[in-house]
Order: sequence, then structure tokens, then C-alpha cells
Amino acid sequence: MLGLSGLHRRAALLRLVRRFFEDEGFLEVDTPVRLPLAIPERHIKLIEAEGQYLQASPELCMKRLLARGCTPIFQIGRCFRKGERGRRHLEEFTMIEWYRSDCDYRQLMADCRALCRYLQREWPQDPRRVESTGLRSIFPSIDVHGEWQGMTVAEAFARYSPRPLSAALHEDCFDELLCEYVEPHLGQGCPTFLYDYPRALASLSRPKPGDPQLAERFELYIGGVELANGFSELNDDVEQRQRFAEEIKAIHAAGGTEMEMPEVFLDDLRHLPEAAGIALGIDRLAMIAFDAPDISQVVPFTPEDFPTLSP
Amino acid sequence: MYSASDLRKGLKVQIEGSPYIVTEFEFSKPGKGQALYRCKMRNMISGNQLVKTYRSNDKFEKAELDERKMQFLYNQGEEFHFMDTENFEQLSLTREQMGDNVNFLLENMEVVVLFFSGRPIDISIPIFVNLLVTRADPWAKGDTSGNDTKPVTVQTGYVLQVPPFVEEGDKIQIDTRTGEYVTRVKE
Repeated sequence: MLGLSGLHRRAALLRLVRRFFEDEGFLEVDTPVRLPLAIPERHIKLIEAEGQYLQASPELCMKRLLARGCTPIFQIGRCFRKGERGRRHLEEFTMIEWYRSDCDYRQLMADCRALCRYLQREWPQDPRRVESTGLRSIFPSIDVHGEWQGMTVAEAFARYSPRPLSAALHEDCFDELLCEYVEPHLGQGCPTFLYDYPRALASLSRPKPGDPQLAERFELYIGGVELANGFSELNDDVEQRQRFAEEIKAIHAAGGTEMEMPEVFLDDLRHLPEAAGIALGIDRLAMIAFDAPDISQVVPFTPEDFPTLSP
Repeated sequence: MYSASDLRKGLKVQIEGSPYIVTEFEFSKPGKGQALYRCKMRNMISGNQLVKTYRSNDKFEKAELDERKMQFLYNQGEEFHFMDTENFEQLSLTREQMGDNVNFLLENMEVVVLFFSGRPIDISIPIFVNLLVTRADPWAKGDTSGNDTKPVTVQTGYVLQVPPFVEEGDKIQIDTRTGEYVTRVKE
């Protein structure tokens, strides 16, 4: 549970993030969090509400807006994912998601750099902010102004994992090796972009031109923490339908609900311009900015602040 | 049966016939990847450590433990002594077997002693306990250090973080599953 200065910190960070995107010319949108449709993704468990879904991210609505010519846009909002609770996870959490047209994932990496540098530069500028939060500066242990690191997924596995990427995929232990051996090394000292994911791990990303086994997807890591996931958007509705069908099948095979094909989304996808979009965890950003090792230290309330006798 | 999503610190499961208690637990989930449940567990008989990562479809047997209501008498160094209040039988457990429970134990407290194949191996205490604050630094109003909590010591010697308004002599409720402050208790 946050006290007054913790609430001031969170509010100050949200205000700065919002101001950055407004200054960059983005339009803020606020789309519904409860929808009759959802994007099927095999490893995201949805929370249902009265026969509908609470959004796992605002992706569906924001891409529909993008297809109607609304660009660049951003949204700060609540997202819901069932069963996710840990030092870096909450079932209900806050994300900022943004989309731009006529660019690819490299532009999003430039946005990430500009955002972090803006936050670090602006924070100490306002004496009232410094006083109300008790913090003179943010990002205490990370150099965001210097050079940032970039590494492909294959390079990172070759460098840090006991098994190379091809073996990790073949032996179905990609996630375990990534968590155990790779992630702790990323974003130490300066932020790291991990990019060019195997296509099977990027259901909504565009394949990389010249290497169709890879997708133009990246993750931003700071201090070993995965902070943002972005990609060049797939706008081929035929291929997207095929990939969704595979996800729906996998969810059903794992004992999940029978999900519907999101037809309106696929219809709109035909009109999607060349574009790129990214989601960045606000609570994780607050953890890094304020050097908090646990997500519970940066949100006003956690589920554990309402203790019950049920185990 | 438990599934991986039930795993948390303090859960007791049975693996290859032995009871294990989860001593450290971390949930992780790489972006777009699957949920991973990384556990450190202690064999409650041999004391051996087991480190393992589970996936959400993994299942576990509940540890088969017998329970007996007993009263905590006193501790002598590493030994904690308990008594059955009906037949006055006494037994003891070591500090290692007791785990974090030692932080919340008061003399004469009613607890449940857990047995595996006739041997006492652990205790189970109430989820919420009320303990007296024996040491707390006064809260300086207008403190701009940005701290929203302060440390206090309770009568068992356990130190925890509480809101700044908690004072020496207050009784506070603690959630023994997490060791965290819940609320101030009015007498």
C-alpha cells in the first residue's frame, strides 16, 4: 500500500510520461477495457466479466483506430491477466501502449531511448516534485544518456545460455533458458534491446524482410527487468487469421476456453498502414525509476492489502 | 492435488513419497512466453534442498500429514517445546523445522503440530496473529525522506515494516503467511 510520497512519485511519473507523448504529437485515446472479443494468445489467460473479457492489452482497439487513420496514438490504461502474481507481476496492472504509422520497430526503439532520457532529464527540474516525492533523481543505477546495447535473440543465447537458440526451440525450453540464464544479464549498466525473435514467438509481428524465420519484434530490458515489448505490425489478414487459428487451437488443447476468431479485427487489419506498436509496463518503469525490487512497492494497492482467510 | 499456480512460500507438497515445504518461490513469465514457477523446496525429513522450475500444467500431491493440537511451552536455544493439553505429552522441534513460524510464536499459544509417519516435522499457526509493538521510533511529522513505512520490533523480536502512525505499545495484526503488517488492533 502506498503512502503519500509513494503516491506523489507514481503520479509525477505518470504526468511526465503523458507529457512526453503529448509533446511528441501523439493523441491520447481511452478505449473500453471490457470487450466481447479478445486477441487469442496461448500464454495469456484472460479474465472474464459477465460473458465478456477484460482486456489483456489495448492492442485490439488501438489497431482498429490505426486502421481508420488515427496515428500516432497512445493510451495509458489497466490491463488484466489471470494468474500472474509475482515480484514483477500483478493480475491488474498499468501499461502504456503506443502506435505509429509509416515506420518499423526501429522507430519504437528510438522512442524508448527518447522517453527514458526525457524522464531522467526532466525529473529534477521541478523543485515541488523533488520535495513531494523525496527523490532528487530517478534511474539511480542506469545510464540512460549514454550508448544503449542491442543484441539479437540468437546472439544473446549464444552468449549467455548453455544451449543455443535452435536447441532451445527444438527442446521446448526457450522460456526457461531465457529466464534463468539470459535475462539477468540484460540491461545492466545501460538499457538493452533484445530483438529479432523466432517467428513462432511473435504471433502479431511482421516477418523480417530477407529472413522470414524471424519476426521484427523486440523487448527492452533495464536492470534485468523486461520493460517493453514492441514490433512491426503484421498487416496481412490472411496470415494473421492462420496464426490466430493456431493460437485458438493451442488454448483449447491446454484446457482453456473455446475462443472466437476476432473477425472485426481481421477486417480492419486489411486497412492497417505500415505501422509499429509497443506496450511498456508503467509499474515496471516505476520499479526501475525508483529502484524498487517488488512491484508491490509502486502501486497504490495490491490484492494482499485485502487479506482474507482463504489460502 | 495442487497445480503449479497454487505454489507459494510455505506450501507443503509430496514428491516421490517425501514431504517438501516451499521455502522460496518466484513467479516469472517472459513477454509472450509461458508462466514459470521457480521453487526452492526443503525436504521436511532430510532437510535437503530441491531447486526446480515448474510449468502451469504440472501437478502435485498434497503432503500427507497428521495433525495434533498442542500448546507452545518455551524454547531453549534451538529447541522449541510443545505439550498436548489433553494427555500432557511433550515433544520438541528444531528452529530449522519451524521456519518463519518462530517469528510469531508466543508462550501458551495453541498451534497444530504436523506429523509425517508418526514424526513431528512442522507446526501450523493461525493465519493472523496479534502481537505487541515493543520498539518503534517516533514518527517525525513532516518527514521528507520519502519513507512511507518504518520498522518496528514486536514482542517476539521480529522486525517488520509498518505505517508511520504505529507506536510503541500498540497491538498489531500480522499475516503469518507473508510476515506483513495487516492492521492496528484496538483492545
